[in-house]
Order: sequence, then C-alpha cells, then structure tokens
Amino acid sequence: MSWWRTRRTQDLLFQAALLGGVVLLVGGMAWNAAGALERQNIASGFGFLDNTAGFDVVQTLVRYDETSTYGRVLIVGLLNTLLVAIVGIVLTTLLGFVIGIGQLSSNWLVAKLCRAYVETLRNIPLLLQLFFWYFAVLRALPIPRDSWTIFGAFFLNNRGLYVPGPVTEPGFGWVVLAIALGAIGSLLLSWQARRRREAQGVITPVAPQSLALLLVPALVISAVTGFPLHFTWPVLEGFNFEGGIVVLPELMALVIALSTYTASYIAEIVRAGIQGVAKGQIEASQALGLKRSPILRLVLVPQAMRQIIPPLTSQYLNLTKNSSLAVAIAYPDLVSVFAGTTLNQTGQAIEIIAITMGIYLTLSLLTSSAMNWYNARIALTER
Amino acid sequence: MAALRRPPRIQVPGPVQWMHENLFSSAFNSVLTLVAFFLIYQTVVPFVQWAIIDAAWSGNSRDACLRFENGACWPFIIERSGQIVYGFYDVAERWRVDVILIILGLGLAWLTVPGTPGKSYVGALMIAVFPFVAFVLLVGGFGLVHVPIEKWGGLLITLVVAVTGIVVSLPLGIVLALGRRSDLPVVKGLCVAFIELWRGVPLITVLFMSANMLPLFMPDGMTINKLLSALIAVALFSSAYMAEVVRGGLQAISKGQYEAAAAVGLGYWRSMAFVILPQALRLSLPNIVGNFIGLLKDTSLVSIIGFYDLLGIVQAGNADAEWATPNTAMTGYVFAGALFWVMCFSMSRYAKALEGNLQAGERR
Repeated sequence: MSWWRTRRTQDLLFQAALLGGVVLLVGGMAWNAAGALERQNIASGFGFLDNTAGFDVVQTLVRYDETSTYGRVLIVGLLNTLLVAIVGIVLTTLLGFVIGIGQLSSNWLVAKLCRAYVETLRNIPLLLQLFFWYFAVLRALPIPRDSWTIFGAFFLNNRGLYVPGPVTEPGFGWVVLAIALGAIGSLLLSWQARRRREAQGVITPVAPQSLALLLVPALVISAVTGFPLHFTWPVLEGFNFEGGIVVLPELMALVIALSTYTASYIAEIVRAGIQGVAKGQIEASQALGLKRSPILRLVLVPQAMRQIIPPLTSQYLNLTKNSSLAVAIAYPDLVSVFAGTTLNQTGQAIEIIAITMGIYLTLSLLTSSAMNWYNARIALTER
Repeated sequence: MAALRRPPRIQVPGPVQWMHENLFSSAFNSVLTLVAFFLIYQTVVPFVQWAIIDAAWSGNSRDACLRFENGACWPFIIERSGQIVYGFYDVAERWRVDVILIILGLGLAWLTVPGTPGKSYVGALMIAVFPFVAFVLLVGGFGLVHVPIEKWGGLLITLVVAVTGIVVSLPLGIVLALGRRSDLPVVKGLCVAFIELWRGVPLITVLFMSANMLPLFMPDGMTINKLLSALIAVALFSSAYMAEVVRGGLQAISKGQYEAAAAVGLGYWRSMAFVILPQALRLSLPNIVGNFIGLLKDTSLVSIIGFYDLLGIVQAGNADAEWATPNTAMTGYVFAGALFWVMCFSMSRYAKALEGNLQAGERR
C-alpha cells in the first residue's frame, strides 16, 4: 500500500481539510465584518465600555446614574440577572419538590392535581406564560390608591409590590459577624456528628445545638448594640407609595413565570429520582427494623438525591438562561440593558454579543464542570 | 380441594370505600384532600365562569365585549382568526397555506398512526421533498404570485420556524453527535466546541446575534433576509441540542454491535448507516420528539425580534386600541396557550407511547 492510502494519512488529510474549511469560513466572515464596520465608521474594540451611557435603568443593585459608563451598565444588568436567577432558583426548588413529591402521594386528588400542574405548565411556552403574568395579571392590578394589602405593611398594586425596607444602623456588622460565626459553628457540629455516625453508628441529634449556636450569639450581640436594625414602612403619599422597598412588576412577573415553569420540570425530576430508588432498598431497611423517618432520611433521600441533583443543576442553568426573556417585558437584565439598549446606542454588535454570550457560556461551563466533579464524587464505586 | 380450584373472589371497591382508601386514609390525607378541593374550587370555577358563562361570544367589535366585564372576549379571537393563522398573508393566496397545512397534517398522521404502510417512504418525502414544495408554495414562483416574507405571520410563521428547525437540526445533529464520538481529535474538538457553545447561551442571544451580527458577516453588497437569519439561528441552536439527544442513543448501543459491524467488513460510514444509527435513532426517538416540543415552544421567541408569530399576533392584538377591553389580553393568552398546549401535549403523549413501544420490544 502506498503511503498516501494508509488510514493514518487519510485521517490527517481529512482533518486538515476540515480545519482549513472552518478557518476559511471564520476568516471570511471576519474579513466581511471588518469591511462592513469600516464602511459604517464603527471603531471595533472594547473602548466603548468607558463611554458614558446616559440612559436610566429602573432597577439597580449598585450605584448607577446617567453619568455612568457602559461598563457599569454591564455590571448592573448582570447583577439584575443574578438576582432573578437566585430568587427564582430558591422558589422553583421549593415548588418543584412539593409538586414532585405530591405526584407520588397516596392521596388520589393531590397526585392528580400535581400531575395536572406539570402537564399544563410544561406544554405552554415560557414567553407566553411570562406575558400572561406581566400583562394580564400584574399590570391589571388596581392603582396604588386601591392597593391590595396584608397587615397594612405589604401593598400590591399595578406599580409593584411594596414591602417594609430594612435600615441598618452602626453595629449591624457585628450582628452579621455573629450570625456567620454561628453558622460556621453549627456546620462544624453537624459535620462532627456525621463523622461519628459513619464511624461508630451512633446517631447524635444536633438540631437544637445548631439552632442555639445560630441564634443565641446573634441575639446577644443585637441586644448589646441596641438592635441596630429597623424597618421603614411603605406609606401612600399622593398617587404613589413612599418608603419601604418596591419590587417591580417586571421582576415579580419574571420570578413567578420562571419559577412556576421550571418547577414543572423539577417536579418530574424529583418524581423520577424517588421512583428510581430500588424497592429492595426500602424493604431491606424495613427488614432491619428502621422506622419511617430514618428510612426516608438515611436510605431514600440520599439515593434519590444522587439521581436528582445532576438534572436539577441543568434546570437551574436553564432558569438562568431563560431569565434573558426579561428583555420582552423590559426588566433590566443583562440582555435587556446590554445586548438591547447598549447595542442599539453604540452599534458595537460583535463586541456586545460576544461579551453577553461569553458571560452565559462561562456560567454554563462553570456549572457543568462543578457537576462533573460532583458526579465523580458521588458515583457508585463498584468493587 | 374443590375450594382451592375456585377462582379468587375479586372485590371491586365501592365509591365510599374508594374514597376512604384514596382520599381520607388518614387525618393528614383528609386535610390534604380538603386543601386540594379548595384549590380546584378556587381556580377551576372562576376560570369556567370567565371563559364560558360570563364571556362574550358574538359580535364584531370591542363594544360587544365591553358589556361583559368579567368574561372572556371571544369575538376578538373570531375576528382575528385569519391573522392568527396566516398573519398578513394575501387573502386571495391563503389557500396555498391551507394546502401546506393539509399536507403537513396528513403526513404527520401517516407517520404517527401505527400500522400505515410505507412509513419510511412517506418520512423521506416529508423530510426531503415537502420543505421545497412548501417553500415554493409560500414564496411564489412557477406561476404563483410572489408573497413577501414580511407578510407571513401567525401560526404559519410558528410552523415555518419549527419545521425548518426540525428538518435542519435532525441531520445536522446526527453529524455533530457522530463527530463528538469520533477518534479524530480535530473533528471531535470542533464538534464539542460547536455543541457546547450553543447549549451554553440563551436562544434570545442567538437570535440577537442573527439579527445584528449575521448581516455584518455577509460579503459586501449581499444582504440576508431577516427570516432566513432567524431560521439559521434556530437551526444551529436546536441542532446542538439534537446532537446531545442522538449521542445519548449512540451511547446506549452495546460495543458488540460496533464489533459485529466491523467483523462483517463494513467501514465506518456503512456500519453507522446500516447498523448503529438505525438502532440509536430508534432509542432516542422519544427524546427527539421531546426536543421538538421544546423547539415548538421556543419559536415564540421570534416575536421578540419583531416577527408576528402566533404569540406576536396575539400580543399585537392586545395592544390594538380597536380591541382595548379589560379582557382582551387574557383572552388572547388563554387562546394561544390552549393552542400551544394541544400541539405540545399531543406530541408528549406520542413520545410516551413510543417509549412504551420500545420497552415492549425490549421485553420480548
């Protein structure tokens, strides 16, 4: 066989041709883009991030005003995205687990109700649900003067949800420190108890001690520093509320839509995870004489979680990516203020889309590598 | 001995016993049942009241709806039904869309109803020929009047985006999945990079990219159609997800199959085409259908970049002063939601049935 007909050479040639094709394609696109930008007089590069943005953003978690730069806009948008993601993830986890366990309930009505929830929400586009919550529900609420209220402290109207806002006084830092130390202490305690259980098989209840560690120092420090935290209450002044914190209807709609929609997927993951635990495991623990609660805590949940956590993480990631639908209802998230407003103002399409995609991609890759690490750690070591 | 031969008595629980066992077996369960009843009562009753009993059913303007303050405004849907299906497609040419919808419906029915003959030929026709027929019918040519893409809308555009996504992403996804499992480092690297890039970013950023960046990548003087660039974005995005689904199927094929294919002297391409892929695709079929459901739902995102798809048309109608009533928005969303739900739910049932068939095959 001549040298150019060997498998090895052909593989090499094929790969070289493929790589060449890709390089040509990307290079050609870059060449075209450079030409187009030159004709439109757009300077490429990331210098625009230092220019003044000059537009207002309705919700900012860090200091921001009209003299801030586009770089600042990026940070504001990213923080707003993370806010939605974190609140949404907490709520969707709670709802998803409740509904997932509900699907397996021995109560016929509850099981059917949970099933109906899953089948309804999973089969309707998220964007439609978002529009429904925002335009048909939240924007249709009464005007501030006719707000719905709970205890005269929480007010819900078409401008948003008004809640009491915490105001910290000097000395609050010490309270935070006490809570943090208490948390570390209780974590150490439960870790110690777990090691004891695994080594000696002795179960030591630590819940009361942990709670005490968490609360007592914090309360003592608060009392010493004179309770350095109080609340401002929302009060109706003229046509709108003053004081307190306002949760924008956009934020509410986004969080509700994302968490109820994602919960329908999480419910299925939880159901599959619980059903996936072999029956023999439960029967074996019953045969050992374990009661219902330890069976759940020590046998069922750890094994179900092994199956639940990997797909659960990818749902968290989906929720974070789906939060970009914010742009449709003008919630100022990363895509809305950066890939939307900033792109329209500066015309730096390539740089802005690249930064935006880069951020989401980094989040995804970080999550999936954490997941791979976790999977490797909990994988069944079969001997 | 005679007593043993008698068949066991089967007790059919009466309604009271059934309720006792399934709804009120314990105090906790009884409370749950009451809570569930309360929830159903609080949601279903007002909904039926709003959607049917208190709703406006006839009329042709918003005045008809304003008289029914607490009910759905169905005349809005009836009046706009043309737009909801065809968008702004020329009324005289709408039959062309009808023809396509009928072919699509018949083709899908043929493929999904068990027992029809010649499924593989129909499938090949639907994937290879139907898109071209549909394209000519929709755009015009061969004696048909040209209908500009700007006039397309409603269910038509939703289906165009979804079907194009499906038709392109399936073959592309298979190639990417094979590439990802390849021994050649360059092929594998490129495929992994491609798949992870699209899977890592939200679809809306991909659509923004197609709207803002693709025109820049075109050679000077060449412009790209807005719909085409959105279609490219959706196809690239969904092929990455499709690749992962197909890869799942490929991983489930035992090594023996590869070795057997090699042993009978088949090369890489032939062993893939005749041995591995037919099995892998059959295994991943339920997940492929699941992917289609996701794709159909995701098509609604094109309304954000300015297309009047099913959701976009409804949204535009809500903002229309001619139909400004307190119930227009809710009516539009409920209708569009119901339409999407019927499409997606029937697909998910189909996927479930497929899964059952596969398992039945395994049990034999």
